[in-house]
Amino acid sequence: MIAVAALVILLPSVAAAAGLLGSRFPRGLRGGAADVAANRRAAWIAVVPTGISTVLAAWLAYAGWSGRGGGPGEPFPFPAGPSGPSGIGGVTGTLDVIDTGSVPISVGLLVDGLSASIAVLVTVVALAVQIYSIGYLGDDRRYPSYSAFISLFTGAMLLVVYAADLLVLYVGWEIMGLCSYLLIGHWWEDRANSRAAVKAFLVTRLGDVGFLFGIFVLGTAAGSFRVADVIAKVPEMSTGTIVAATMLLLAGVAGKSAQVPLHVWLPDAMAGPTPISALIHAATMVAAGIFIVARLYPVFLGAGPTLDVLAVLAALGMLGAALAALAQDDLKRVLAYSTISQLAYMAGALAAGSESAAIFHLITHGAFKALLFLCAGAVIHAVGSNLMSTMGGLRRELPITFAAMTIGFAALMGLPPASGFFSKDEVLVAMERALSAGPLTDAAALLLYGCALATIAVTGAYATRAWLRTFFGERPVNALPEPEPGTAHVVDIHEAPATMRWPIVILAVPALLLGLVGIAEVHWGTAALSVVVALLGAGAVYAAWHSDPLGDPARMLGPFRAPCEQAFYVDSVYTTLFVRPVLGLARLVARTDDRVVDGAVRGSGRATVGLASLVRLAQNGNAQLYVTGLLAGVLLIAVGAVIFG
Amino acid sequence: MNWVLIALLGVPLAGAAALLAPFRRDTAAGGRLLQTHALAVSGVTFALSVVLAAGFDYGDAARVQFSTDLAWVPGLDLRFHLGVDGISLPLVVLTTLLVFLCSVYLCWGRADGPGQLLRPKTGGNRPRALVFTLLVLEVGMIGTFLALDLLLFFVFFEVVLIPMYFVIAVWGGHARRAAAIKFILYTLLGSVVLLLGLLLIWAQTGTLDMIALARAHGTGMSSSAQVLAFIAVGIGLAVKTPMWPLHTWLPAAHTEAPTVGSVLLAGVLLKMGTYGFARIAIPVLPDGAAAMAPWLGAFAVIGIIYGSLACLAQRDLKRMIAYSSIGHMGFVLLGFATLTPVGVNGALFGNIAHGLITALLFFIAGAIKDRYGTTDMPSLGGGMLSRLPHLGSLLTFAAVASLGMPGLAGFWGEMLALLGAYGPAAGLSRPLYLTFMALGGLGTVLTAAYFLLMLSRVTHGRSVETVHAPVLAAVGGGGGGRRPGTVLRVGIARVRDVTGYELAAWVPLIALILLLGLWPKTLLLVTGPVVRTLLGAP
Repeated sequence: MIAVAALVILLPSVAAAAGLLGSRFPRGLRGGAADVAANRRAAWIAVVPTGISTVLAAWLAYAGWSGRGGGPGEPFPFPAGPSGPSGIGGVTGTLDVIDTGSVPISVGLLVDGLSASIAVLVTVVALAVQIYSIGYLGDDRRYPSYSAFISLFTGAMLLVVYAADLLVLYVGWEIMGLCSYLLIGHWWEDRANSRAAVKAFLVTRLGDVGFLFGIFVLGTAAGSFRVADVIAKVPEMSTGTIVAATMLLLAGVAGKSAQVPLHVWLPDAMAGPTPISALIHAATMVAAGIFIVARLYPVFLGAGPTLDVLAVLAALGMLGAALAALAQDDLKRVLAYSTISQLAYMAGALAAGSESAAIFHLITHGAFKALLFLCAGAVIHAVGSNLMSTMGGLRRELPITFAAMTIGFAALMGLPPASGFFSKDEVLVAMERALSAGPLTDAAALLLYGCALATIAVTGAYATRAWLRTFFGERPVNALPEPEPGTAHVVDIHEAPATMRWPIVILAVPALLLGLVGIAEVHWGTAALSVVVALLGAGAVYAAWHSDPLGDPARMLGPFRAPCEQAFYVDSVYTTLFVRPVLGLARLVARTDDRVVDGAVRGSGRATVGLASLVRLAQNGNAQLYVTGLLAGVLLIAVGAVIFG
Repeated sequence: MNWVLIALLGVPLAGAAALLAPFRRDTAAGGRLLQTHALAVSGVTFALSVVLAAGFDYGDAARVQFSTDLAWVPGLDLRFHLGVDGISLPLVVLTTLLVFLCSVYLCWGRADGPGQLLRPKTGGNRPRALVFTLLVLEVGMIGTFLALDLLLFFVFFEVVLIPMYFVIAVWGGHARRAAAIKFILYTLLGSVVLLLGLLLIWAQTGTLDMIALARAHGTGMSSSAQVLAFIAVGIGLAVKTPMWPLHTWLPAAHTEAPTVGSVLLAGVLLKMGTYGFARIAIPVLPDGAAAMAPWLGAFAVIGIIYGSLACLAQRDLKRMIAYSSIGHMGFVLLGFATLTPVGVNGALFGNIAHGLITALLFFIAGAIKDRYGTTDMPSLGGGMLSRLPHLGSLLTFAAVASLGMPGLAGFWGEMLALLGAYGPAAGLSRPLYLTFMALGGLGTVLTAAYFLLMLSRVTHGRSVETVHAPVLAAVGGGGGGRRPGTVLRVGIARVRDVTGYELAAWVPLIALILLLGLWPKTLLLVTGPVVRTLLGAP
């Protein structure tokens, strides 16, 4: 079983190396026919291993669910049920233990209900994105490296999912960040994309430093970096240790899952190709933060203050990001802010004490948000622009995309029977329960619940706005702006090629139906409330749009529109508070190094030369002076000998 | 098998001596012969170190193996005492590997490629002298890592300076004279202090045998004498490492040195300083180390932050890599300052990783300089990934490795050093070290920042023809013999991407960076036991 998990991880990783090195092998030609051949070969290298990984991951999940894994472990619950704080089941395999001099690192994998189900999500979305990319970027000169980086990302994410040791997990965690950087910067000819990539890497890296220190705290306290050992040792740890560790881990979670206050990189990350936004910046990598909290959930349950902080950050993040989404004109940025908002839902569910609700929403969100992004990619591919002000009436030209995106938006708003309805209901129920009982303080629970309800209304509003402005009304006739590099392929509008259409159709199925596994647990009262609230938001936008189909319904925000569009000026604040001072400090250090530190060195050199020239005055070549000196010396010695002798 | 150590010193020495034999003036045939000679001698030396590594008993890495102990100056009780253990073995292999790769870079394949200092017909290049200097340098470097007698160590430590001085002063860039003089005066001054410290140890204990001294763990020396000796030895080594604020010789030396000089300077010479900490300062003077460790840690952390900030403001690529060395060596020193097995393991790991990664970075920076004629980043003008895709990709790889990406070698050293700072040795102030750890963590973010900004500036964007002829002409004389006219005829648009001899020199480094990154046990297995012994830990 562990061997299969290892294979699931290794296949995409090896495919990455093969794709990078082997696509143009052995002749390494460029241009024209050589590019076409290289791209075709790279596509095979990328798709086939991911496909096999998908099958194997699904088999692992099935085997675990039915208890036929053949391993020594017990059959584990699936989907990730409420597994109490007792510890984790599943099958663990350790390849080797690396002695570091203090806490050893054990290179091993862990397959349980949580990892098996997330792995299925990752591989399925990755496969869909790899196939979609053939149509989207198949004629790009850099397609081989692009697909290889996706493969590397898939392997790294699977390593995070299956890792049994926190430091092994950290390795995958950082490699994911690197792939994100490389892929956001795919069109690096444009400096803006390059800047977005650097920003994404640095912001997440800042969080990751905290994450690493959190691992140190946990590992040192438990005497082991193994997830199972850490969780087993939680009862013996002091509250201070647990709170410190979880707060530090939270920094990494906030960075990776784009939560307040480290969320600023995600909207800019939309500079990457749309399939990347679907895979990394919507469905999988950004969910890794939620995953790690669920993975270490018993630790977090022991840290009340951390959960309070998480609840407040989630509450602020979900409402703020939803409002920002309402005012964006760029379709992908709408979806990016929506991702921040939905991830905050998951974080809120975790804070409210329900890990299963969070993971349920993670999986359904992964499906429907990937679907939304792939559809948005098809729309952008067709229109040649990201801006909704250049879209409209597309339901006639793009019927399949329209249907799929409708499903996606319904799931995002939480309308039945789409998957989002069921998972959002569970999240909301968990927050409701936290009001009366649970790990949260009352104020935090109330804030969380209130913000969640408000966010549902705003979600309904921005989803409706995007849906209406893209697919209904008429296309404005104003001239198209300069297309983004690489996005504009055609100007006449028609459906995307088959390699792009099929992943959309296939992803639409889970986005619509995945929620039905949770149908038995629906709380109809809460569900009705949330649907009504969502429809209220949607209705308000519809009314505004109906009165002026060419205008932007965001105008109903009034004076708040500008702050929402700028995402409450967080970026400018960070630039003023952190970026400029650091750059200024850097220039200061460089100057100091030259003038003061090195100045002292040069100064001492000059001082030596100066001293030497003083001494040289005595050596002026005048024989009389030398003889005088000699006599004076003899005299002195003689007098000394007389007096002291 | 004790002959291997003697041979490791003897082969390059004999190779250098053979070059003193009378020869005909540089001809094409003579050039080929010289290239073959350099490749053969450094290759045999590298093969010997591989034999050494193969014959090493890894089950007992803490024991000094293959030792040779001969009387050298009987009157002073100086001994010619050589041996390897888990600390020195990786460094010896690294040294011979880097010298061999430098020879490959200079001698492999077509001799008229860019960066070929050994081209026989350029008049001022003095190819024989360069090979001779590199081989003498290799003797000194290997000897430093093999010596087990304090004064023998010092002698080899000094032997290295002279050839490196000539490498910078003869084959360097424009401001080479000043840089070379600063390098030799600064490091000689440090060596004087080091010598005083070593003599103090000798005066107190009456022995120069490093093994006996390490086994004694400071017995026979009063605490205050240990502190004094640690300060003296520490300053001497810190100049070499270099530790902030004794680092200013480094950027100048690196910027002016030719590619092979930079590679060996960063890859091996800096390691001699940190090796001294692991071999002499910490095990021989445990009380002094315990007293001074917080200071060492503080200087290390300042170096990390300061070096990273200085990198952010650099315009010159080679200068930036030089400053990045200060930051990385800061992590190594922080690892030592924790005085824990995990911290020292991290320091030794970071040492080797920095040697591999920075050597690769300097190789690539040299290749960029050969092609663009400058390493000034604004003049490079971006778009390297479209103009020279392979070179740009390799620069990206090396930068990513250097910023400490897990899965590549740079990560484990930094991570273990920080882990050591999280739980420093008993008797050291925990809150202070937690501050060090937090600042070190911030340093990793800054490190990522300057490398990514560099990549963004140099490799991203559109390539514009900003490299104009005057720049090329002005810097073209780097090799000493290249006339401006010849450079002008090399249009930047026709520049070759990575060539065969470059790839031959770089691929081993890339492979090792990946190996150590993916499987850190290969190195920790060797250093782990000996670190425990040296620290007196159970």
